[in-house]
Amino acid sequence: MLNLIVCLKQVPMVTELPWDEKTGTLRRDLADGMMNPACKHALEAALQIKENFSANIMAITMGPPAAEEVLREALALGADKAIMICDKLLAGSDTYATSLVLTAAIKKECPKFDLILCGAYTTDSETAQVGPQLAEELNLPAAAYVEKLEIHGRTLRARRLVDNFRETLEMEFPALVTVSMENYRPRYAGLAGLKEAFDENEIVILNAKALGLNASSIDKKGSRTKVRNVFLRKAQKGNVLLQGTASAVVTEFLDKYQRKIGTVIGKAIEEKNLDDEK
Amino acid sequence: MTKSRKKSIWVFGDYRNYYQNRVTLQLIARAVALAKIIKAEVCALIFGHEIDEWIMEYTAHGADRILAIDDPALKSYSTERYLAIIENLAKERDPEVILIGATDFGREFAPRLAKRLKTGLSADCVGLDITQDGLLLQVAPSFGGNMLAEIVTERHRPQMATVRPGTFKEIPHDYVRKAVVERLPLMNNLPKSRVRLIEYERSVEKEHTIENASVIVCGGRGMGNKEKFKKLQELAKLLGGDVGATRPVVYAGWADHSALVGQAGKHIKPKILFSFGISGAIQHTAGLGEADFIIAINKNPQATMMKMADVAIAADASDVLNNLIKELKKRIRE
Repeated sequence: MLNLIVCLKQVPMVTELPWDEKTGTLRRDLADGMMNPACKHALEAALQIKENFSANIMAITMGPPAAEEVLREALALGADKAIMICDKLLAGSDTYATSLVLTAAIKKECPKFDLILCGAYTTDSETAQVGPQLAEELNLPAAAYVEKLEIHGRTLRARRLVDNFRETLEMEFPALVTVSMENYRPRYAGLAGLKEAFDENEIVILNAKALGLNASSIDKKGSRTKVRNVFLRKAQKGNVLLQGTASAVVTEFLDKYQRKIGTVIGKAIEEKNLDDEK
Repeated sequence: MTKSRKKSIWVFGDYRNYYQNRVTLQLIARAVALAKIIKAEVCALIFGHEIDEWIMEYTAHGADRILAIDDPALKSYSTERYLAIIENLAKERDPEVILIGATDFGREFAPRLAKRLKTGLSADCVGLDITQDGLLLQVAPSFGGNMLAEIVTERHRPQMATVRPGTFKEIPHDYVRKAVVERLPLMNNLPKSRVRLIEYERSVEKEHTIENASVIVCGGRGMGNKEKFKKLQELAKLLGGDVGATRPVVYAGWADHSALVGQAGKHIKPKILFSFGISGAIQHTAGLGEADFIIAINKNPQATMMKMADVAIAADASDVLNNLIKELKKRIRE
C-alpha cells in the first residue's frame, strides 16, 4: 500500500485583489477561491497512481476556513483523507513558515508516507518554494517540475524538462515531487461525488496548538521574510479606446499605428495612395 | 585566516547554457553595485568539473573573489551536493547576501538552500536594492506581475533572492581584470545524491519559439469557434509572428498546448501583442508581463485585457480580425 500526500492550496479566483494596506498581504477572505491549477495536476497524478497501485491519498491544505472547499473537491475526486490546517496565528506565513507547519501536520497525521506531491507553483504568490522547502524540512530526495511519474517497486522515476534539458531522474521512496502542468490533465468532480464529499467525509481540522506550535515558537521558527510594501506595477499603457464598426476601427487603428507595426515586422505598411490607382 | 573577513555578497554560478543564460553575469553586475553601498566584495561560486572557463568569465565580468571547487564528482548539477557545499562555506564565511538566478535549477535549489541556512528567500525578483546598513530590498512580482512586493529578510542572514534573468545588465568583460581565486578541495563527507540522473539530453527545441517571437497574436474564447480561431494563423503569418492561446481555448481543442500563454504555459515578451477575444483572467495575463505594445480586441470594453492594453478596440474580435487581415494585405509592401 502506497501512502500518498497531496498538498493543495486555495488561490483567489478574481483578478482584482483586495490588499490589506497595513500588512501588505492579500485579504484572502474577500476573494472567491479555487484550487490552484498546478495543485489540481498534482492531485491528478496521485489519482492516476491510485488507479494502478493500491494507494491511499491524504490531501492537506493550510488556509482560512473557506479553503476547506479544495479538500472537499479532492475527496470527491478520490482522496481518502483530508487535513485542514487553519489558525489565525498562521495567517501571512511565508514559505519558510508554511513548510514548517505542513511538516508538523504530516508528521502528526501521516508519518509513514511514501510520496508527497505538490503543484509546481501557485497562481497567486508564484514562489514555487513550498515544495522544495518541505522536501528540505523532511530531508527528502525531490524533483521539481515533474511531467511524468513511474513507480517500480520502491523506486520513483520522474521525467521533466528543466533549463532546456530533458531529464529522467530516479529516487527511492520516501520522496517529494512538484508536478508541472504539462501532463496529468485534471479530471472534474461529478456532482454526486461532490455531494457525497460534502455530506459524509470528515475533514481533520488542526490548529497551531494541535501541531505543537504557539505564538512564540511561530515567531522564532516562522516567517523569515516580510512584505514591506505592495504596489501596483506602474501602468505605462496608453490605453486608447477605439469604438465603432469593425471596418472603421481597423482603418482608424492602422492609420494610427501602421508605422509602429511596420517597424517591428520590418516591412512598410502604408495606405494605398489613391493616385496610384488612377 | 583573519577573523574580520570583509563583508561579502555571493552570486551562485549557474553556468549551464552559458551563452543563452547570462543571469549569473547579470547578478554579478548588480552585486558589484550593491557591494559598493555596503563596502563588500562580490564573490562568485563555481562548482563543477573543468570550470576554468567560468572562473575566467566571472572574473572578467566583475567578481572580486571566486570560490571554486573543481572535481569530477561535481560533473553534473546536483541539488543535494551543492546544498552541503554551500552550507559549509556559508557557515564558515557568513555572507550578507546570496543571489541565485531564477532558472529552473535556481528556483528548485534556492528554496532548499534558504531552508538549510534557516533564512528567508524571495522568488523571481525583478529589482534589488540595499540600504546603507545592509538590508536587501527585494522586489518580487505577485499575481502575474500585476503587483510588486518589496520583501525584506530583517533578522536572518544571509539574505537570499532568486532573480529573473534579464532584470539587470551584465558588465562588459575585461579579461585583464583580476580576482582572488580560491580553489577549494571537495569536502570529505560530501553526501551521496539520493536523486540519480538516469539520462538527460539537451532538448531540441525549434530555434524560433513563441517565447522569443516579436509579434504574437493571441486568441481566447471570444473568437467564437475553432474555425474562426484558426484565422489568427493568417494574421500571424502576415506579421511574421506566432499564435498564442488561452487555457479554455486549448482545452476546447482549438489550439495545441504548446501555444498556451500564461501562468501554466509560455511567458512571452513580444514587441507587439494582439489579444483577440480574451477577457484577461490572471492565468493568462501572468504570461504577458513583458509584452511591449498590447492591442486588445473585445466586445466588452471593461474586460481586464482591455484595461491592460495600449490600444483597446471595442468590437467583435472575429470581425476585426477579418477586416485587419483584409486591410493589411492591401497595405503591406513587401
